Amino acid sequence: MDLILWGVLPYASVVLLVAGLVWRARHDRFGWTTHSSQVHESRLLRIGSPLFHFGMAFVVLGHVVGLLIPKSWTDAVGVDDHTYHLLAVSTGAVAGVAAAVGIGILVHRRLTVRAVRRATLRSDHLMYTVLLGAMALGILATVLNSAGAMGDYNYRDGVSLWFRSLFTLQPDYALMGRAPLAFQLHVLFGLALFTLIPYSRLVHMVSAPLTYLFRPYVVYRGRDTGQLEQRKARRGWERAS
Amino acid sequence: MAQVAMVMNLDKCIGCHTCSVTCKQAWTNRKGTEYVWFNNVETLPGQGYPRRWEDQEKWKGGWERTRSGRLRLRAGSRLKRLGHLFANPELPGIDDYYQPWTYEYRNLTDAPAGDDLPVARPVNQITGEAIDTIEWGPNWDDNLGGAPEHAVKDPLVEKIRDEVGERIRMEFEQSFLFYLPRVCEHCLNPACVAACPSGAMYKRAEDGIVLVDQEQCRGWRMCVSSCPYKKVYFNHATGKAEKCTFCFPRVEVGLPTVCSETCVGRMRYLGVMLYDADKVGEAAAVEDEHDLYPAQLEAFLDPHDPAVAAAARAAGITDEWLDAARRSPVFDLIRTYQVALPLHPEYRTMPMVWYVPPLSPVVDAVAAAGRDGEDAGNLFGAIDALRIPVEYLAELLTAGDTYPVDAVLRRMAAMRAYMRRVNLGQERDESAARAVGLSGTEMEDLFRLLAIAKYEDRYVVPTSARADAEALADAHPLDPDAAACPVSAEAFGESPVLLNLSPTRRSS
Repeated sequence: MDLILWGVLPYASVVLLVAGLVWRARHDRFGWTTHSSQVHESRLLRIGSPLFHFGMAFVVLGHVVGLLIPKSWTDAVGVDDHTYHLLAVSTGAVAGVAAAVGIGILVHRRLTVRAVRRATLRSDHLMYTVLLGAMALGILATVLNSAGAMGDYNYRDGVSLWFRSLFTLQPDYALMGRAPLAFQLHVLFGLALFTLIPYSRLVHMVSAPLTYLFRPYVVYRGRDTGQLEQRKARRGWERAS
Repeated sequence: MAQVAMVMNLDKCIGCHTCSVTCKQAWTNRKGTEYVWFNNVETLPGQGYPRRWEDQEKWKGGWERTRSGRLRLRAGSRLKRLGHLFANPELPGIDDYYQPWTYEYRNLTDAPAGDDLPVARPVNQITGEAIDTIEWGPNWDDNLGGAPEHAVKDPLVEKIRDEVGERIRMEFEQSFLFYLPRVCEHCLNPACVAACPSGAMYKRAEDGIVLVDQEQCRGWRMCVSSCPYKKVYFNHATGKAEKCTFCFPRVEVGLPTVCSETCVGRMRYLGVMLYDADKVGEAAAVEDEHDLYPAQLEAFLDPHDPAVAAAARAAGITDEWLDAARRSPVFDLIRTYQVALPLHPEYRTMPMVWYVPPLSPVVDAVAAAGRDGEDAGNLFGAIDALRIPVEYLAELLTAGDTYPVDAVLRRMAAMRAYMRRVNLGQERDESAARAVGLSGTEMEDLFRLLAIAKYEDRYVVPTSARADAEALADAHPLDPDAAACPVSAEAFGESPVLLNLSPTRRSS
């Protein structure tokens, strides 16, 4: 069981992620969008959306630091466990609360503003469930861990080591199998969220427009001579009758 | 570079909305675009669509000139725009356009028999809810309807009221109204393209049409707010930006756009404009807003100039396009006769849909005063007398500079007076023509273009066929190993050229 959950599932989720992105890029560029609902409602979105997105960006950054930087490195520069966790929990709390409040506002908006509710996609229901689940479990795990309810479990000696072992293709699944349940569930929801990226509106994160800073203002393009041929039907496009 | 541009003669627009309706039926009669009108006709003075779109203090559309003399999007630097990626503070909401609605028509036929007449209640097309009171529409203040309440909120009225005081309001309400049909301006310096984080919006090199690549748009909606004319829309069903396409599938085969083709008033003109692409940035960044119109005029190139023709050919512009550029009615109205003016040049986008300002209200005012409305002397006086509408037109078309508007109105008035004498069989008054810097022949040519407005004179649209043929030839080149052209003289010496026909039964 541990092997399937912590040794196979992570790779399956990566395969589905990559396959999904390839499918989007090759067959459904038309569906690759934020599906913004700002034209319907702007007041709540202008508070909730930046809170969630910026908060989430720092949460992701925190995960990267926590999972990828080995304990020996921070020990070497003289940061002891207590200081590390103090730093991690304090900065993480700010980012986490921002993201949580943000998503709270966004979900409230999606449920109460009728036009936004009607603009909700089928994939959104699953995506929101998994996203909210992952966030709630993450917060729960952190709170329990900090409060000492998990004994002296240190995720930097458990979850992080397992996560890094995934990259060497020799997953230490037994290690993850011994982690507290809250962490295990959080990882499962995280993997599910990861998998959902190409198949839901989350796909817009893959097209963060950083090249905008470097390109000329006005874009010129030649006429697409591909249009001279009979066009194939493409996903998402309506046929003109 | 070359662009297919448009001129609209506001003097002849009757505000029938045929262009809007045919455009809507051709392009935006779909889910997600219920509230979208690529072409709309506004009554001025009025708030327009979306409401108060001209108020750039609020929407931050177009460009601004920095102190160092460079152009920057009015909404802020690129970094600032990316900072607003998660919520665009200047995005108009559906309410700023209008909540689109339909009626429960089915109720009229399906209602059970009863004492009461069945009614078709209005239903919001986005939320599906029944509406008690429809409060705004795409053309709510048509023909100055509700003007005392709505027209005073026109940003241009507010602007000149500060300058000329309270008296202008009464003038407008009593005697002043005209229509402004609007499509995308297909600007030379498009702010929407510059604001698109994904690089999905582009200006076509061949004909200058500004388009959204639907496969590349990611729905960041920066274009919607950055367009000062509010002519990029967000399709709420597909999550992508959409805009007027200048009917490119029609233009490519030499047909006028749908709005032009169906214009009842025959007031639209389509033609090629050649311009110096290197001058665009410079012209858009001139310091004084009043210089923007002349600067754009100077960026246009004269296709009759042999040097321009040679440069155009070198840049790959075909002879068909050059010929169209020489016959372009748009070039004549903008450059030769200088009776067309750009819409809001102060946005610094270098718009390419220009307008001939309306003269009729002036003529009517003079006639109402009991004088001959088409006598040149009276007309010139009237233009001066009606200074306030001239200022309004100037706010609309020349960044507030009344001089060019005045000149255009005088030229049009002179043309009327001149042609009136011709039509009445009286002696031609060449002095009236000379007074506005034109000859008698030019007067007649302008009259033919503006008043007769034949279909072939209004629309001179070159096709892309030549370029297509070349693209196909590039894609399928002749086999280089094959012998030379079978009909070449070399193969047969000096003898008559034989066609390479397969041998017939008779010849074998």
